Amino acid sequence: MIQVSGLRKAFGAVQALDGIDLAVAGGTVLGLLGPNGAGKTTAVRVLATLARPDAGSARVAGFDVVREPREVRRSIGLAGQFAAVDPNLTGRENLLLAGRLAHLRPPAARRRAGELLERFGLTDAGRRTAGTYSGGMRRRLDLAAALVAEPLVVFLDEPTTGLDPASRADLWSVVRELVAAGTTVLLTTQYLEEADQLADRIAVIDAGRVVAEGTPAELKSRLAATRLVVQLPTEDAVRTASARLAGIGTGVPAVDPGAQTVVLEVADGPAALTEVVRRLDAAGVAVRGLSLTEPSLDQVFLSLTSRAA
Amino acid sequence: MSTGTTTSAGPDRADALRPVGRPGRPPAQEYRPLLGWAVTDALTVTRRNLVGQLRQPQILVFAAIQPIMFTLLFRYVFGGAITVPGVDYVDYLMAGVFVQTVVFGGIATAVGLTEDLASGVVDRFRSLPMARSAVLTGRVLADVARNLLSITLMVAVGLAVGFRPDSVAGLLAAVGLLLLLGVAFSWYYALVGLVVGNAEAAQAAGFLVIFPLTFASSAFVPTGSMPGWLRAFADNQPITAAIDAIRALVLGQPLGEVVPVALAWIAAITVVMAALAITRYRRAR
Repeated sequence: MIQVSGLRKAFGAVQALDGIDLAVAGGTVLGLLGPNGAGKTTAVRVLATLARPDAGSARVAGFDVVREPREVRRSIGLAGQFAAVDPNLTGRENLLLAGRLAHLRPPAARRRAGELLERFGLTDAGRRTAGTYSGGMRRRLDLAAALVAEPLVVFLDEPTTGLDPASRADLWSVVRELVAAGTTVLLTTQYLEEADQLADRIAVIDAGRVVAEGTPAELKSRLAATRLVVQLPTEDAVRTASARLAGIGTGVPAVDPGAQTVVLEVADGPAALTEVVRRLDAAGVAVRGLSLTEPSLDQVFLSLTSRAA
Repeated sequence: MSTGTTTSAGPDRADALRPVGRPGRPPAQEYRPLLGWAVTDALTVTRRNLVGQLRQPQILVFAAIQPIMFTLLFRYVFGGAITVPGVDYVDYLMAGVFVQTVVFGGIATAVGLTEDLASGVVDRFRSLPMARSAVLTGRVLADVARNLLSITLMVAVGLAVGFRPDSVAGLLAAVGLLLLLGVAFSWYYALVGLVVGNAEAAQAAGFLVIFPLTFASSAFVPTGSMPGWLRAFADNQPITAAIDAIRALVLGQPLGEVVPVALAWIAAITVVMAALAITRYRRAR
């Protein structure tokens, strides 16, 4: 549904996009994850035909963003980081305006405005001007405006930045509904949890490049090892265990005599766990505790995007 | 028709998903020739701009008070000391006030456009399949409507303080010319709004050009009373050309020379400013 290849875009001396490749299958969510200034917003602006790329190509819903922008615009909805609603119009008028400019017939525009106000809990507020809305309400209205024409592809640029937890959870459920209905979603975020929760695939972007791409699970396993911690009753047991467990996992067992633990970094947690239990049992070493710690996306993210740390 | 433990919100899944949209079905969008959409979209945006302005009555009120104050100031405070041979000063004055009203009023376009750029409304418009031109033409058309309102108001104020146009036909022709002048300056202000980027700067930048043009003109006093260098400027600039033509129309003076000059200025400003504004709008991506 979205194909991007070798996309480049510079603003003066700043290379905002430095050769980006992406592919998003229909009905899935791609999370574009990266720190501020990584190029996420520029990528969305190019894909939504708001910015023209310097090089490379991008197709959205089968249309080229440079040569067929009108067709692309018929297929997309965009909700930005800054809520693009008109403060002088009511909530309903904002949706009607978006509907008419998306070239819905007037009855269809009215019906969609009513449906969306109801879905986003803005039916009563729909009669007030958007200038009187809270930040969360304005963001919901902005998202509703992006969905007016039932687009095939929805771009959400940092949709939850600055939202309270309840509004964020609400927005997440909207994204899940969209995907269940078959919509393709590209969302940018600085929040790892958000990408982990919503995205089928994540592209980590830094300094205008994709530095890692995969499912959340793949990224975690590829980039940071699972830690297997063995807690032992005595220092003798620690010594025996560290000797016996050598060779399991990716490195030398790390021994912490004070805490009486042996820590292994392993690629496949469950398999390593079985092996550890088997070897310690054979050696007659009693164990106080065993635990597996999955790496967090935070670790992944930091290891990928820390520049000259 | 599952009634059991599924998580879908209703008995019919498609219906439950309806609110966020069903992207698989045929598009509900209407197809028309591009030119047809250019007109429809421009009118849609015009209406949006007018509604927005009507809902900020404080801005409208202040915009209206300014020319009224100028009228009163020049009619009653300075007017007694200004003598224009052959006409009542109030009749001389109103042409200047009308032009000033139209030219200053356009600043709303610069401010509105910068606000739309900053708030992301223009980005939303650009992501929609609407005619690109509608963002700017919608501004210009809204200005035409607003100018018609403010000119009508100022004609009424003028009549109240003793302004007596020579003929209704002349007055109506003058209103038409004022609206054309308004279009020319709307494009100028659109360009200012696109270039400058924030509302306060747009206001300041707009006035920077308009203020000297308006006062170093024949708006309030005949240019003959100015020192030579200033007179040379005042006699050969568009605001004076417009004022002289409007004045000729409302006072029933000969039109042969002044009206073509004014129309030429208006056409030139419109073409140049529109070309620059449209280029700027297109390039900003």
